[in-house]
Amino acid sequence: MADTAKPGSAAGVHDDANRRDFLFLLTGAAGAIGTASAVWPLISSMNPAADVLALSSTEVNLAPVQVGQAITVVWRGKPVFVRHRTPEEIASAEKVNLKDLPDPKPDSERVKKPEWLIVVGVCTHLGCVPLGQKLGDPRGDYGGWFCPCHGSHYDTSGRIRKGPAPANLAVPGYTFVTDTSIRIG
Amino acid sequence: MSATPSLLDNKLVKWFDQRLPIVSTMHHAGMEYPTPKNLTYWWNFGSLAGFMLVVMMVTGIFLAMHYTPHVDYAFASVERIMRDVNYGWLIRYIHMNGGSMFFVVVYIHVFRGLYYGSYKSPREVLWWLGIVILLLMMATAFMGYVLPWGQMSFWGATVITNLFSAFPLVGNWIVTLLWGGFSVDNPTLNRFFSLHYLLPFVIAAVVFLHIWALHTTKSNNPLGIEANGPQDTIPFHPYYTVKDLYGIGVFLIFYSLFVFFAPNALGDAANYIPANPLQTPPHIVPEWYFLPYYAILRSIPNKLLGVLAMFGSILILFLLPWLDTSRVRSARFRPIYKLVFWVFVICCVALTWAGGKPPEGLALWVARIGTIYYFLHFLVFMPLIGWFERPLALPKSISAPVLAGGKA
Repeated sequence: MADTAKPGSAAGVHDDANRRDFLFLLTGAAGAIGTASAVWPLISSMNPAADVLALSSTEVNLAPVQVGQAITVVWRGKPVFVRHRTPEEIASAEKVNLKDLPDPKPDSERVKKPEWLIVVGVCTHLGCVPLGQKLGDPRGDYGGWFCPCHGSHYDTSGRIRKGPAPANLAVPGYTFVTDTSIRIG
Repeated sequence: MSATPSLLDNKLVKWFDQRLPIVSTMHHAGMEYPTPKNLTYWWNFGSLAGFMLVVMMVTGIFLAMHYTPHVDYAFASVERIMRDVNYGWLIRYIHMNGGSMFFVVVYIHVFRGLYYGSYKSPREVLWWLGIVILLLMMATAFMGYVLPWGQMSFWGATVITNLFSAFPLVGNWIVTLLWGGFSVDNPTLNRFFSLHYLLPFVIAAVVFLHIWALHTTKSNNPLGIEANGPQDTIPFHPYYTVKDLYGIGVFLIFYSLFVFFAPNALGDAANYIPANPLQTPPHIVPEWYFLPYYAILRSIPNKLLGVLAMFGSILILFLLPWLDTSRVRSARFRPIYKLVFWVFVICCVALTWAGGKPPEGLALWVARIGTIYYFLHFLVFMPLIGWFERPLALPKSISAPVLAGGKA
């Protein structure tokens, strides 16, 4: 813009208009960037804080859970179903024809050890907690879990079989710390 | 400048505006508003105050998402904001120092009004609304300072609420009502949080009235004379929008120096000690913006009179349009008032200094002399100077002093 400083000349007038437009856009851009960088920390503060993130893994001791029993543990404020499956339950989960499943996944992809099924106990329809953990609970038509809110049936691998839920119960990331204990998250 | 089309040229906007004239009203008030063309940078502080109100409300809303108003959790929840919440330290330091910045800006705004006679007819209501805003700000700032539930929070709350016990007969009843108990405790903290969240919205409403009154009587200016016509004014946009934005930029540098390099410089270290109702800190001081009033309170060795003098030091501002008997607004044309004004500024600074010291020795005497002078200024000097002072000749118009040397 150094070559525009010729007051009075026709070219000077023209360039002056250009310069004003340039300055206007520059000011607007600086304002937009400034506002965005002021808004960023505010929005970011609404995400999980450090202490919330620190609570995002849970260790579970599996030793007391007998075959056929199930326990519910809390991970990130949500229930996680841990079921010690019987040989019959494992067999029924494994022999299902994948073509019959709304969300086809073989049982082997959903477990690390076949006797232990670990899934997030939140119905994939609208977030209710399905029944089936306690002895007297209805377990639905497939022996897994039944969600009382809108009638979704899950099988012994936690897969959706019937009802409005679109997907299988989620499998959280977990590792076997020892043979009888896991860390979720 | 290349012609920017008005928003009102848009058919849809026009349709809407004919049914609710919000766009044309905003255009009228925020762009066309005829503003005296001789405003100096002292006129930036009104818009800066409005900017600070927005900053405080926005940061405050985000802090409230993480704060717990309970005596057992309040202190820890503030520390959690500082350590765990993403950018929590930044948001809290902006809010914490923002309180001080808001008062810096508003005090300059008030002293500008005092210097240029902005309280005089026809701007009395505009001035009153400004004092109402100042009082609401003080209440909001005080209650906000209680929320972190540190030692200064607790003992500040105790001392300030006890001020009301000075009133005969109803005093103790008022204090119990304020506390919701028999000492500053959980009910007090809960209601202070509720009111601290509410009052800024009340302030915003009074600011709206303040601006409405301003746009009715129009802006005062450094000459203190009315604009004779369009030749003395310029549209608010782009002239003063740009000037105000520039002012905000410079102000943000000053503000950021505190937020990023000295975030606790204006605070009291004792407020990082959790509140202990069984032990008073050795030296209780309010935040700096309350120090002059605190000095006035302590300078009078009588509980009720001290409290009355403290409240009176602000309430007296309501009478200013009649205490000042001069018909000339701007101190530029009032040689004696100009001098007395600066002595008054020094008096306020001295009271601020004295309010921060223990009430003994030199500080106590500075506070006493300062208190007497403070009231003398309003009750004696202002009415008298208006009578005997000979003001300088006022210019014929806002344009005249500028054009005099030129062709006009």
